[in-house]
Amino acid sequence: MAILTCEELSFSYEGKTVLHDVNFHVDEGDYLCIVGENGSGKSTLIKGLLGLKAPDSGRIIHSDGLCANMIGYLPQQTEMQRDFPASVREVVLSGCLNSMGRRFRYSAADRERAEMNMERMGIEDLADESYQALSGGQQQRVLLARALCATKKLLLLDEPVTGLDPKASAEMYNIIKLINLCDDISVIMVSHDIHEAVRYATKILHLGHSQLFFGTAAEYRESAQARRFLGGNRI
Amino acid sequence: MTEFIHMFSYHFMQRALIVGVLVSLCAALLGVSLVLKRYSMIGDGLSHVGFGALAIASALGFAPLAFTVPVVVVAAILLLRLSRSSRVHGDAAIAIISSSALAIGVITVSLTTGMNTEVSSYMFGSILSLSRSDAILSVVLSLAVLVLFILFYPRIFAVTFDETFSRATGTKTELYNTLLAVLTAVTVVLGMRMMGALLISSLIIFPALSAMRVCKSFKAVVLCSAAISVMCFLVGITASYFLETPTGASIVVADLCAFALFALIGRR
Ligand SMILES: Nc1ncnc2c1ncn2[C@@H]1O[C@H](COP(=O)(O)OP(=O)(O)OP(=O)(O)O)[C@@H](O)[C@H]1O
Ligand SMILES: [Mg+2]
Repeated sequence: MAILTCEELSFSYEGKTVLHDVNFHVDEGDYLCIVGENGSGKSTLIKGLLGLKAPDSGRIIHSDGLCANMIGYLPQQTEMQRDFPASVREVVLSGCLNSMGRRFRYSAADRERAEMNMERMGIEDLADESYQALSGGQQQRVLLARALCATKKLLLLDEPVTGLDPKASAEMYNIIKLINLCDDISVIMVSHDIHEAVRYATKILHLGHSQLFFGTAAEYRESAQARRFLGGNRI
Repeated sequence: MTEFIHMFSYHFMQRALIVGVLVSLCAALLGVSLVLKRYSMIGDGLSHVGFGALAIASALGFAPLAFTVPVVVVAAILLLRLSRSSRVHGDAAIAIISSSALAIGVITVSLTTGMNTEVSSYMFGSILSLSRSDAILSVVLSLAVLVLFILFYPRIFAVTFDETFSRATGTKTELYNTLLAVLTAVTVVLGMRMMGALLISSLIIFPALSAMRVCKSFKAVVLCSAAISVMCFLVGITASYFLETPTGASIVVADLCAFALFALIGRR
């Protein structure tokens, strides 16, 4: 059952079209990997799916009760101020905001959720540290923990492993797969690591200013796009 | 010591203290968000709009606070909209609105009453001449600002820290930005009575900047900034009573000293 369907989407910046003819759908429980070269429009599509950027044409259909407040998001980069005073716990907890509804305070369940996600990302020791004083990889984990707090049905990740060491990125892929399988959460992930992508994902969307491929990971393995993308090598 | 007791025995002094403490609290709490969102100059811009509105109110014989508060609230929402549109730069938008309002205010004043005491009191502040009805309105409005800030604190944090993420995950960021603008507008108008249009932005900016020198979490910064703001107000108004210096200016100097102190502590 599709929770998200895109029909004939196109996006542009200042009148210049950067992405067109995008047609795909995400079913409940899917793990969709978006691949493509730098500047091919992956982040643009993610922003479109989140409602941060309006499409020029086409439609994005949310179905099966998917609302904005069930979506978690990890941006590729955040334009946060350098001197912002915030502790790691405050940042992670702010991910629970979208489940607050009409309440004014975080509930005990929200706080527990934040602690659990900090533990998952291995940052529970940093909870009271200042977010700005962390290393890039540590900050990435904090933002992921925040994204997990916000996720009820769908998790959008824009290059989640950039800045992580090899061990941490392997862990990250495992955690994301686990969340996908056990918590029954659909995942849309942008990744440059095509080998990991076909290993973990169930579906692949290959972009290059338009949609070059959409299908299952197994089909993608055999496709001409994959071979060309990897410079002739097979996966 | 008896001098102190004497100071508090005046009605105008009691009124000034109650209103001043509340307004200082409001300014400090909102100041943290405004400084972090790079909106510090909005306070300054709004105070000029407030000045223009006051000049018009006094020329037309309207009640000053009751007329100025809604005008400045509208201006704040407008400023927020303008500073988000990509066509005009944020600070340019503020400069356009604030200097136009100031110019209109000055022309209105010179065409009608001239610089009467009321207008000059809003220019340089005169918390000691607060009327009973103005004091009551100030208390009610500042309590409302405080309550709203505390109720919406988690949302204000989220919108201040990362607006894009909040919007993407289903928070109505427009609504909370507007709330922030409205609360700021009310605080600026109330603060003008105390500090004057020329000095109000320091009441908003200084405590937040001082607190950010030493505190690491948002909550700590907010609490610390509130404490600094109230302390500096009390020190400033006491100094102005004993040294017979202007109240608003004395408070700013107290804030400056606090900032220097915290900057020193923060460097270690
Ligand atoms: N804010 C912007 N203003 C103008 N053009 C933009 C803007 N953001 C992106 N673009 C253009 O849109 C195209 C797609 O950008 P996008 O960020 O979606 O690429 P991407 O696939 O995410 O690349 P990467 O792998 O480097 O993250 C690029 O050619 C870029 O130049
Ligand atoms: Mg990108």
